[in-house]
Amino acid sequence: MHNDSRKIADEIILRSGVNPRRCMKCGKCSGTCPAYEEMEYHPHEFVYMVESGEVEPLLNSKSLYMCLSCFACVDRCPRGVEPAKLVEAVRNAYLRQQDNKHMNADDVPAKLDDDLPQQAIVSAFRKYRK
Amino acid sequence: MKVSYFPGCTLKNKAKILDVYARRCAEVLGVTLEEIDNWQCCGGVFTSKDEPGSKLSSVRALKFAFEKSQPLVSVCSACHNVLKQTNHLMQSDEAFCTKVNRYMAEDSAYDGSTQVYHYLELLRDVVGFDKIREAVVNPLKGRKIAPYYGCLLLRPSSVMQMDDPENPTIFEDLLRALGAEVVVSSMRNECCGGYVTMEKPEFAKKKSLDITSNMQAMGADMIATACPLCKYNLDKNSDAIPTVYFTELLAEALGVKEECDNA
Repeated sequence: MHNDSRKIADEIILRSGVNPRRCMKCGKCSGTCPAYEEMEYHPHEFVYMVESGEVEPLLNSKSLYMCLSCFACVDRCPRGVEPAKLVEAVRNAYLRQQDNKHMNADDVPAKLDDDLPQQAIVSAFRKYRK
Repeated sequence: MKVSYFPGCTLKNKAKILDVYARRCAEVLGVTLEEIDNWQCCGGVFTSKDEPGSKLSSVRALKFAFEKSQPLVSVCSACHNVLKQTNHLMQSDEAFCTKVNRYMAEDSAYDGSTQVYHYLELLRDVVGFDKIREAVVNPLKGRKIAPYYGCLLLRPSSVMQMDDPENPTIFEDLLRALGAEVVVSSMRNECCGGYVTMEKPEFAKKKSLDITSNMQAMGADMIATACPLCKYNLDKNSDAIPTVYFTELLAEALGVKEECDNA
């Protein structure tokens, strides 16, 4: 493993406030995740890959933008691991690098319809950019 | 009674009617919603505590209510979720609280003392469902309504503390007080697809149809929600069953819907 990956993983763990070692690998987080089928890496994989320092695949995965912040994994984890907080920390670690973003303002008009609430646009911007 | 009110961006635009019904119904029930001055958008989604800058609009709103010694009420599920989670951080995370107060550099610090209510909690805990039952002039008799909580009202439950996150009753109890027949679906606290509807409408369609088809199969004629984004996703993706704001049903039962619609 690249030495930098371990350092990045430790930084992600620190910033998330999550202790991935509490995980007993039951898979309930991924079982209850509404975006499971759209994800390359699932909530339980975020937990064990960050724990083992395997963060590069996560940092470059579109799975980061599928987390809905529905807090189902946070509420239903029997060990209180709170996987969504780890997904958030990985997302931030990617987006805080220079020029990294997942959506531009110019992308928005094509996605609008007459009924789309403002709430959707501000939420997407909060999740897709720093 | 007067309370501070945070309407949020969507209630000033695509969901104006949610705001109009909420204000009028509160008046009927003896509560005045006082819109706070110069409120700013909550950001729509609560991200991590590692981003204090994104929580400042919430802290300012909470502090404004604190200075008026009023609880802070919102109707939109997303606003309520962000305000409540931010307030919880101000109470429980000293480093976060210190950072925010130092950044804002106001004359007095804010420590998370404001009571934060969703409008449903205002109805249950301040007004009382019994009083609402007495105020009903047009009971919703024979109407089979499925309440839909979505994610944001209930979770994370350790912070939101509105109700049992897996078997909530607040929404059901309100609809029963209005005279409706309540259809309880196990999908009522699952996600509609949220803001990802912008990028992946097919994904949101699948999530929404899972919810609406279950409620329809259980005999519901309509779905009630508090969240503009839930309403958008459910309505857009299901022709078979309409989704309405719970405040519309409240206004109808209290006999003020028509005057709100014509306002």
